[in-house]
Amino acid sequence: MVDLFVILVSAIFVNNFVLARFLGICPFLGVSKKVETALGMGMAVTFVMTVATVVTWFVQYFVLIPFGIEYLQTIAFILVIAALVQLVEMVVQKVSPVLYQSLGIFLPLITTNCAVLGLAVLNIQKDYTFLEGVVFAIGAAGGFTLAMVLFAGLRERLELCAVPQSFRGTAIALVTAGLLSLAFMGFAGLVKG
Amino acid sequence: MLAAILSLGCIGLVSAIALGFVAKKFAVEVDPREAAIMEVLPSANCGACGYPGCGGYAKSLVAGKAEPNQCPPGGAELVVKLAHILGVEAVETAPQVAVVLCQGDNKTAVNKYRYLGLEDCNAAQKIADGPKACPGGCLGLGSCQRVCPFDAIEITADGLAVISRDKCTGCRKCVAVCPRQTIRMTPLAASVHVMCNSRDKGALVRKYCQIGCIGCHICEKAAPQAYKIEGFLAEVVYEEHEEAFEAIEKCPTHCIRDFAEGYPQGSSFQAPGVDDDTPNAA
Repeated sequence: MVDLFVILVSAIFVNNFVLARFLGICPFLGVSKKVETALGMGMAVTFVMTVATVVTWFVQYFVLIPFGIEYLQTIAFILVIAALVQLVEMVVQKVSPVLYQSLGIFLPLITTNCAVLGLAVLNIQKDYTFLEGVVFAIGAAGGFTLAMVLFAGLRERLELCAVPQSFRGTAIALVTAGLLSLAFMGFAGLVKG
Repeated sequence: MLAAILSLGCIGLVSAIALGFVAKKFAVEVDPREAAIMEVLPSANCGACGYPGCGGYAKSLVAGKAEPNQCPPGGAELVVKLAHILGVEAVETAPQVAVVLCQGDNKTAVNKYRYLGLEDCNAAQKIADGPKACPGGCLGLGSCQRVCPFDAIEITADGLAVISRDKCTGCRKCVAVCPRQTIRMTPLAASVHVMCNSRDKGALVRKYCQIGCIGCHICEKAAPQAYKIEGFLAEVVYEEHEEAFEAIEKCPTHCIRDFAEGYPQGSSFQAPGVDDDTPNAA
C-alpha cells in the first residue's frame, strides 16, 4: 500500500512527465492557451494512459515475452495504442456526445503521443506489477494534467501583460515552461528512485 | 522471425476486426445538410447567432431550432444560401454594425488616476470604476480589439477604440466584452451618431470631457424627429436617422459625428467619401 502511494506521489511531483522527464511537450505547448482546453486534454490523456497501460501490460507479458520478441516492443505498443484510441473515440462519440465534445478533439492528438508510449515502456522497464503499473499511469497522467493546468493558468495571465515585443508568443511560453520546470525541481529528493 | 510476423500480424488483425466491428455498431449518422451548411458559414466561431460556434449553429439549423437569418457576419448573401440548403424561405434582416459611442481620448477627456495595471478594460474597470473620469467613456485598453474575430477595431494612439464600418460584421463580441457599455449595435444605414455615453449633467460632463454631450437639447430642436434626450444624453432615433444630419453643425460640443464624413481623430480607417491623400486628422 505504501509502495503504491510512493509510486503515485513520485509520478505526480518528483518525476513529473512533462516538467522532469520532458515527455509530452507538444501538447504541453500546443493546447495550453486556456485552462479549459488544458483540463480537457489532461482528462483525455488520463483516460488514454490508464487504458493503454492495461493493454500494453498484457501485450508485453502474454504476447511479446512468451514468443521472445521483446525487441518489437515499440512498434507493437504503437500499434495497440493507436487502435485503442480510435476504438475509444468511436465508442465515446456514440455513447456520450457531451464527453465527445469535450474530449473528442484531443483524442486523435494523443494517438502517438510520446508521453503515452513513454509511460508504457517505463512501466515495463521498471518491472511493475499490473496494479503498480495502473497506479503509475494514474499518477503520471495526474502529473501531466497538473502541469498543463498550471501552465495554462500562467499563460492566461501572460496574455494580459505587457511582454516585450521580442519575447511575445512562443518565446515567453518556453521561458515560462523552463521556470515552471525549475520550480518542480524543488520536489527532487522527496522520493528516492 | 515467424513468431514475430505472426504475433504482430495477429495483434493487427484483432485490432482491425475490433475497429471494424465498433465502426459498424457505433456509427453516428450525420445529416449531409450539416456538412453543406458548415461549408457556407463564415467559420469565425464568433457566437453572434447565440450558439457555441458555427458547428452548434449548423446543428440547430438542421434540427429546425434556428432560423437562417441568425448569422450577422454572413450577411444577406448567407441567408439566401442557408435557406436554399434547408429548403425554406429567406427572411431579410437589416445589417447592423457596432459603434463606439465615445470620442474622449487621452487628449480630450480627463483621467481620475494613472492606470498601470493589466492591459484589459475589465481589469481597469474594477479599480475605482476605471481610470477615465467619465463613467461611460472608452477606456482604450483594447479588450474589444483583442476579442474582435474580424480585425475591425483599432485603438488610436490617444487611446480610443474605433470600429471600421466596412469590416464590422455585427457579431456583438465587442458589445459583450466592453465593461462600460460604450459600444452599441446600430443599423449600418445610419451613419450619424451622438458620440457620447455619459448621462451626467452638462456642467459635470464639461469638467471631464471637451466633446461630451451636455444635454442642451439643441439637436432635438434642430431635428425633433431624429433625436431624443434621456437623462442628460442625446441619442439618435435610428428609425428616423435620415433627419439626424441637420443637427451636426449645431451641436455646441461637436459631439455628433457623421461617419460618412470621417472617423474620429487619429483613426486610420477611411470614410467612403474621403480621399486617401486627405486623411481626416484635421
